Amino acid sequence: MGQKTALYDKHLQMNAKLVDFGGWDMPIHYGSQVEEHHIVRRDAGMFDVSHMTVVDVTGADAKEYLRYLLANDVIRLQEQGKALYSGMLNETGGVVDDLIVYLMTDPDVTGEWFRVVVNCGTREKDLRWMADHTAKFDNVALTERPELAMVAIQGPNALAKVASVLSDGRVKLINDLKVFQGLESEGWFFARTGYTGEDGLEVMVPEEYVADFWQALADAGVAPCGLGARDTLRLEAGMNLYGSDMDEKISPLSANMGWTIAWEPAERDFVGRQALEKQREAGVKQKLVGLVLESRGVLRSHQKVMINGEEAGEITSGSFSPTLGCSIAMARVSANIADTCHVDMRGKLVEVKVVKPSFVRNGEKVYS
Amino acid sequence: MSDIPSDLKYVASHEWIRDEGDGVVTIGITDHAQDLLGDVVFIELPEAGAEFATGDDLGVVESVKAASDVYAPLSGEIIAINGDLEDAPELVNSDPYGDGWFVQLRLSDTTELDDLLDADGYAELCEAES
Repeated sequence: MGQKTALYDKHLQMNAKLVDFGGWDMPIHYGSQVEEHHIVRRDAGMFDVSHMTVVDVTGADAKEYLRYLLANDVIRLQEQGKALYSGMLNETGGVVDDLIVYLMTDPDVTGEWFRVVVNCGTREKDLRWMADHTAKFDNVALTERPELAMVAIQGPNALAKVASVLSDGRVKLINDLKVFQGLESEGWFFARTGYTGEDGLEVMVPEEYVADFWQALADAGVAPCGLGARDTLRLEAGMNLYGSDMDEKISPLSANMGWTIAWEPAERDFVGRQALEKQREAGVKQKLVGLVLESRGVLRSHQKVMINGEEAGEITSGSFSPTLGCSIAMARVSANIADTCHVDMRGKLVEVKVVKPSFVRNGEKVYS
Repeated sequence: MSDIPSDLKYVASHEWIRDEGDGVVTIGITDHAQDLLGDVVFIELPEAGAEFATGDDLGVVESVKAASDVYAPLSGEIIAINGDLEDAPELVNSDPYGDGWFVQLRLSDTTELDDLLDADGYAELCEAES
């Protein structure tokens, strides 16, 4: 038996099929993964993501600490609640984890503080890594927030449906939220972020309230969705999955995360910077691309990508795209790849199209 | 618990077999199998006229989760395939023993029918696997 989120009983009530996910018993689907996927693209679905790890970073040196810890630069966060996606790198430029950091401000606390959300499967490693790197700073405190449950409500109707179950004050708060911004409200936290390529919210809720919140959302017509649909949604959106699309041995430059590296100001030292600069100078040999299989079949992770009969990389994430009705994948391949290549699918070479690794946004196909 | 109709026969690789008489059987995959696979998105079936020996690869089921081979539970010649599965593979999930059937086979050796599992035998096998 794995760990259980505060929504475990709700999942059982709603006929979830549970699987082990990083040591947690989590819903993979509540009947049909494909239907749940479509609901998020067309209406609104909700995911229990309470297994994710929330860490608050406080203290007078919090900002300088994060500027050192992360490849992206939290100085870019200029407005309360704004969020930044970043890699946390090791000295060789590999990705320890990817994360979201929010700029929080609290009238009761002087100075800025930050909320960081990291993956569940990397929790222990991340906490150790983050703690180890506080050594250079006099005044940084890390506080894990396991008592916060988290629900992601995603889809074109997500905000309206969430609003229908909130108090007037909170309705105003979520209506005023900008994309990629999160704000607190009496111990709750509402962020306009997600992992699906749709508009929506990620809401952190003190765990004693989360079952009622979940039920209210269900009563308002938000469909419970499992991690299966979450995976096909994020793949269509071209969002990386840690451990599949990148890990400690992979540079962000080879994982479509170049845009998350804040090279300027050049004098900012961050963990992994030297290694990345060398890689950039030497030229990056591999990159992450999108693949589309227009014929029948499903691309799967670890299938080999072939160019002119030579192995040129492999699929890092592959699945069926319910929105497009065909299979799509992300693959790490030689940087000189053309606009088609082949994939070794169960011994057969199949031609696929090479595109930017982004397939669907806001319900629409985005590659050409 | 998955549905295991008592009027069908089964094999350990999770195919079901319905004896239609006159040496003809209908074949599909079980409710337990479709549940393990999750949403089915493509099915590759042989052409009518193809001949198979017991245990040969008969086709492939691709679900959101995995690709899975389908084996010929008996020897014989394909006399019909379920063309509806090309556009509606989800029939395998919604109606595995009805509209989600795969192929019909004319048996080359009807005594092979005696080697199949009955519903109780198959239920025990599923129990042991879970």
